[in-house]
Amino acid sequence: MADPVLHLEGLRKRYGSADTEYEVLHGIDLRLERGEFAALIGPSGSGKSTLLNLIGLLDRPSAGRLVIDGAETATLDDTALTRLRGERIGFVFQHHHLIPAFTAEENVAMPLLIARGRPDAAMFERAGELLGRVGLADRRRQLANRLSGGQQQRVAIARALAMSPALVLADEPTGNLDTHSADEVFALLREVNRQLGTSFLIVTHDPRLAHRCDRIIELVDGRIVSDRANEVAAGRSPVQGSAEETE
Amino acid sequence: MKSWMPFEWIAALRFLQEGRMQSLLIIVGVGVGVAVIVFMSALLSGLQANLVRRTLSSQAHIVLLPAEEVARPQVAGEGALNRVQKQAQRLRSIDQWQQLRARLEGWPEIAAVSPVASGPAFAVRGDASKAVTLLGIDPGRYNRVVDLAGRLAAGELRVGAGETVIGIELAKDLGAEVGDKLRLTGAEGQAETLTVTGLFDLGNKGVNARNVYVGLRTGQTLLDLVGGVSNIDLALHDLDEAEDVAQRIAAESGLIADSWIRTNAQFVTALTSQRVSSDVIRFFIALSVSFGIASVLVVSVVQRSKEIGILRAMGATQAQMRRIFLLQGGIVGFLGSLLGSALAWSFLMLWRMLARNPDGTPLFDIGVEPALVAIAAGGASVVGILAALLPARRAAGLDPVVAIRG
Ligand SMILES: Nc1ncnc2c1ncn2[C@@H]1O[C@H](COP(=O)(O)OP(=O)(O)OP(=O)(O)O)[C@@H](O)[C@H]1O
Ligand SMILES: [Mg+2]
Repeated sequence: MADPVLHLEGLRKRYGSADTEYEVLHGIDLRLERGEFAALIGPSGSGKSTLLNLIGLLDRPSAGRLVIDGAETATLDDTALTRLRGERIGFVFQHHHLIPAFTAEENVAMPLLIARGRPDAAMFERAGELLGRVGLADRRRQLANRLSGGQQQRVAIARALAMSPALVLADEPTGNLDTHSADEVFALLREVNRQLGTSFLIVTHDPRLAHRCDRIIELVDGRIVSDRANEVAAGRSPVQGSAEETE
Repeated sequence: MKSWMPFEWIAALRFLQEGRMQSLLIIVGVGVGVAVIVFMSALLSGLQANLVRRTLSSQAHIVLLPAEEVARPQVAGEGALNRVQKQAQRLRSIDQWQQLRARLEGWPEIAAVSPVASGPAFAVRGDASKAVTLLGIDPGRYNRVVDLAGRLAAGELRVGAGETVIGIELAKDLGAEVGDKLRLTGAEGQAETLTVTGLFDLGNKGVNARNVYVGLRTGQTLLDLVGGVSNIDLALHDLDEAEDVAQRIAAESGLIADSWIRTNAQFVTALTSQRVSSDVIRFFIALSVSFGIASVLVVSVVQRSKEIGILRAMGATQAQMRRIFLLQGGIVGFLGSLLGSALAWSFLMLWRMLARNPDGTPLFDIGVEPALVAIAAGGASVVGILAALLPARRAAGLDPVVAIRG
């Protein structure tokens, strides 16, 4: 069987120095297979963002094993982690972090530009294609900060897909959007998952959205307290009706 | 996006472009600093070149004297003449000076070689009598060491048999004009009556009052130095080499070789200390410019921490982040230096218009040399990059988690 996209074993994260040290994540075990579309839920302060940052290689665990797409991460230095992150992981943040000095197209092409070092026609072609996929083909040349919140988030999704990552991590991707835009964005994530087979791990506070995922992982006080398949969502026909239908 | 530009350049330029006001202000700041440095340098080198030129207008770069001459002059300013006045004993000739002349003419550093028979004499006209320095010269050669022909106030430079050229001060003292006769008497009593063919003004009152030029042969006769020369005057291609060349000639020929640098030691020291103090000022300007760049970039790192975090999340390495900020420093320095050079150029134009002699001619000649602009541009870029070291380190070391959450 192929490597899982994500494999965690006894992952721990401690903050603070020696005497004031406290643990936020107390040994997380988790496996995410290719093409899975999973929600990570839990009360505020339970450690969801902390976990996502560890998985995204933005931060290092205090203990435990973290394997991304078959690559052991414990022995890698910062540059190697950065490379791995750039190639295998896409991010969608709550506050649609685009770079305002660049256009929509340039933002989408940015991971490719960083990886290859110099711009080329192919990367802008790809950026245009991805913007078409998220329904923003006509906004290619617009500066990022001139777009609406929902549009910015869709650009961010297109950007997360630029390198064809194995895993997309989304930390409250719809948290800043109104219900309608949130539904649209969520539907888009679902569509990408179905069409490209990209795995998703989505942190959300919105139970409505969580229930549209195939799997729901619940974190409380730094421990996974439940991890269950969501039959309703998983059994549904692809593409059609992620946004409109409710469970 | 320009396709040839690497990612770091694109990001650096975009960041500068986006922080328009900030970038503009710091570039102007750098520009003013560079302008002051370039202006000062141009002014100083113009001023010094002018002073040196004036000082050397009546002096050889190097004077060769016979070795055993006892009374060595220590006098600045008037070179040849004081030297010969001081010696009481009979003039000595340089041995085999023709061969030496031929040899020195082969040196690449040496521009001109002029043997001179010079010594004390008296000039008499009517009741007036003056102690003078008699210089027997070959005008073709001498002119290439001291531009006598170019400094004539009246008449022409003709020193054939029975002819002499004197300074305007001496002419005044003796009441002589071109065409008048005067009588010259050497230390050993030889005397000759000569016709004044020209009056010179070498820009130095002492020289104008004392130097009396005659033909080499006349000089040799009057100074009882038949066939000999008392000294050989040299002009070099590069003034600054004078001391070095003088020492080499002295070592090779056994003669005494006095460079203008040695005979004008105080003057040269003054020039040097002027240059040192201006170096110090320039250094501190560069330092304050670099602090300015550094502080702007430090603020920019803080302002852009979120974007830095995003770029890091998308795979930008620490080294790439560092380069983006180093480049911003370099670009600010470079653009500032271009602005500064333009400013300096306008300052100089203005200065040239305002600083004039009473007769309307420029006080002295200065200009912005392309080399100076190139050095300023290179220097400012390097200073910018150095100033960006600390901000770039901070940008690279930024924790992406913190940056993104912020
Ligand atoms: N850099 C840090 N230093 C110290 N403590 C931290 C740090 N980051 C997070 N924490 C702590 O870790 C705990 C988990 O935080 P985390 O942000 O992961 O929660 P969360 O589940 O994402 O919450 P929310 O739903 O509000 O976003 C919190 O108690 C928080 O104070
Ligand atoms: Mg969170």
